[in-house]
Amino acid sequence: MYRIIRANAVKVVPFNEIVCYNELGSVICGIREAYYYVSRGDNMIKKEMIAMLLAGGQGSRLGVLTSKMAKPAVAFGGKYRIIDFPLSNCINSGIDTVGVLTQYQPLKLNTHIGIGIPWDLDRNVGGVTVLPPYEKSSESEWYTGTANAIFQNLEYMENYNPDYVLILSGDHIYKMDYEVMLDFHKESGSEVTIASMPVPIEEAKRFGIVITDENKKIIDFEEKPENPRSNLASMGIYIFNWKVLKEALITKADQPALDFGKHVIPYCHEKGCPMYCYEFNGYWKDVGTLSSYWEANMELIDIVPEFNLYEEYWKIYTKSEILPPQYIAQDSVAERSIIGEGSEIYGQVYNSVIGCGVVIGEGTVVRNSIIMNQTHIGDHCTIEKAIIDEYAQVGSGTQLGTLPEKENDTRPDIYNSGLVTIGEKSIVPANVKIGKNAVVFGETTAADYPNGVLDSGRTLIKVGDGK
Amino acid sequence: MRALGIVLAGGNSRKMGALSHKRAISAMPIAGSYRSIDFVLSNMSNSHIQKVAVITQYNSRSLHEHLSSSKWWDFGRKQGGLYTFTPTVTPDNSNWYQGTADSIYQNLLFLKRSHEPYVVIATGDCVYKMDYNKVLEYHIAKKADITVVVKEMPEDADVDRYGVVRMNDDGRIEEFEEKPMVARSKTVSCGIYVIRRRQLIELIEKSAEEGRHDLVQDILIRYKDVKRIYGYRIESYWRNIATVEDYYGTNMDFLKKEIRDYFFKQYPDVYSKVDDLPPAKYNPGAHVRNSLISSGCIVNGTVENSILFKEVFVGNNCTIKNSIILNDVYLGDNTHIENCIVESRDTIRANSHHVGETGIKVVVEKNERYVL
Repeated sequence: MYRIIRANAVKVVPFNEIVCYNELGSVICGIREAYYYVSRGDNMIKKEMIAMLLAGGQGSRLGVLTSKMAKPAVAFGGKYRIIDFPLSNCINSGIDTVGVLTQYQPLKLNTHIGIGIPWDLDRNVGGVTVLPPYEKSSESEWYTGTANAIFQNLEYMENYNPDYVLILSGDHIYKMDYEVMLDFHKESGSEVTIASMPVPIEEAKRFGIVITDENKKIIDFEEKPENPRSNLASMGIYIFNWKVLKEALITKADQPALDFGKHVIPYCHEKGCPMYCYEFNGYWKDVGTLSSYWEANMELIDIVPEFNLYEEYWKIYTKSEILPPQYIAQDSVAERSIIGEGSEIYGQVYNSVIGCGVVIGEGTVVRNSIIMNQTHIGDHCTIEKAIIDEYAQVGSGTQLGTLPEKENDTRPDIYNSGLVTIGEKSIVPANVKIGKNAVVFGETTAADYPNGVLDSGRTLIKVGDGK
Repeated sequence: MRALGIVLAGGNSRKMGALSHKRAISAMPIAGSYRSIDFVLSNMSNSHIQKVAVITQYNSRSLHEHLSSSKWWDFGRKQGGLYTFTPTVTPDNSNWYQGTADSIYQNLLFLKRSHEPYVVIATGDCVYKMDYNKVLEYHIAKKADITVVVKEMPEDADVDRYGVVRMNDDGRIEEFEEKPMVARSKTVSCGIYVIRRRQLIELIEKSAEEGRHDLVQDILIRYKDVKRIYGYRIESYWRNIATVEDYYGTNMDFLKKEIRDYFFKQYPDVYSKVDDLPPAKYNPGAHVRNSLISSGCIVNGTVENSILFKEVFVGNNCTIKNSIILNDVYLGDNTHIENCIVESRDTIRANSHHVGETGIKVVVEKNERYVL
């Protein structure tokens, strides 16, 4: 009806006439000659729900796997990284605006996310935005807690003028339709909704527990209780009404290490906000420890896995760098395994998860192991129950995980369950033996292995801040 | 780069048989996860050609699906871009493309409005890696009007489906015969040409005036004594896929380590559309030997000397030997397949038996997919 020429605002005025204004606010077309003050506020971008993805944590219980990258960037299931799961969930749930909060070792994460092309999150309006902590004119600080990180990015959220904000963490493996959760949030009249899932009551003391009435209204919380009153564990996924979240964050801004579970949720509860619990019954796995990480990978190779990557309707997207198919050579075996693109298998692979671009040499036997992208394993090796990070090189004739088990000498809380862990870009020389619960990180040479052996439980770290 | 690219991807070949019933030859899947046209597009991209037109006509839907975004080959730029040209009805013309020269003539405005001094014309049905800058340098050094990329075929090769050329010592083409009954040389044209843009416009307009429509017959062969037409030898791997045997052979070449390394591991890369598929999965009972397996496959049976394209499901107790299974094929239990090409999206029922006895058998069953 009207041509808009160099107008910076369009506004519906009374009588439903569309009037366009130029920069000075004067009418440049329209039926009525009227003068209105045009406020940008009336013409703001509008997103119903945006997601804030907390991806700044180290995940120290993953040991050397997270010494050079944040936990959400750790590889999972052959070709994915952990952050692919929440990001794919977002786009599959119709959320196209995601802020990713990074802090600890973000290089790999930034490279992986880029402008969000793999997840279709490269948008004209919205899309994915990486949000690191930044310097302010006063009170510059790192992200000191989960809620503090969100607080420091209030401005980002304001830009999109959302009704709801979804808070996610980047370290779980699951498929979830956040739109269903939002429907529940709206229907129940909730202002804060916490996703939770039933866990065995004896494990409940490891989690934050929510206690609900028969309408799923939350009546109480317990953080890692000794005698849990309920088995509903919080998954760290929250939907907030934007106004409630904003008010809570501003009110509690001075709280040191502002945290959702410890401060913001209890504050909203005390204030009397209607809070509901959204019960989730699908697959959800916290891969916070090496043994749970290993288990979650191994579950993918079941004939019909509980967490199925082969479903058409809920695809998991990732940045695929390598295209060619994998090659399985003449005298090789691949059984009960998943293997990524471009890998070449000349040896035998049983019960393992193999990433992209991996080479497994002739006569090598790999069992119950995770071998990540671009790692090369020489000939005639034996590899039992190992986690080998990306770009590692293992020389020929090496044996991993074949010695009797002993407790780890430095961090038995991290390196346990009989796993051998080899860090990113590590070099393991030929013909050495590395025992169970041992960890190797860095470019090692034969001199690091007295008599060609690194006994079970030993720690061999030759690079910077490996923990 | 001082050239723009034209990919001729419109033709059909009867020699592809049932394989070209539902797709253009340039959209034929190659080596597990590529399409034939990826090679020429990647070559152009890697030669820094930024503006590429793909001319399609026969069964073009398949190709359009693959070219749905130009970003895979890095053409989605502010300068240049990827154009696809299908025949359109205009006030002056209501014909399909009547030949390769006519297909360019109908899109002559694209050439006229460009500013690049040279044009690289190539077909979409060949598997090779090439830096077109090298051809262009040769073209300029020889002061050629047209440069044709040629390949010396082995002595025992059958070249009667190619354009066969004979060059003098300087490299100038003296004889050029299209699909000769008896070939007098083993040097064949690869269907890759470099020509000055204004020269091309002039030749195409002239041919159109005379009612001639074919680039090879009516321009290259007709003008070979008038214009300086030179041959540039390609020494590296080059293979045309436009017959069932060559298609099969080209794919099987990728089972050789040196060919795989050449295409997949050596710079520059070959790009393709990325499908988000999970890694391939090997269940108990999987026995895979000397085979290429693409992402999204689930293997429960025996696979030997074969290529499984994306999302192939191999049932229990299956035996697949010396075969190519195209994308998204479901093979029921106890199936035996030997020396075959199984058409994509097919469902082979349990206990089926397909063996190519004398040559390569193309299997098209079109069964309904059982939903488990």
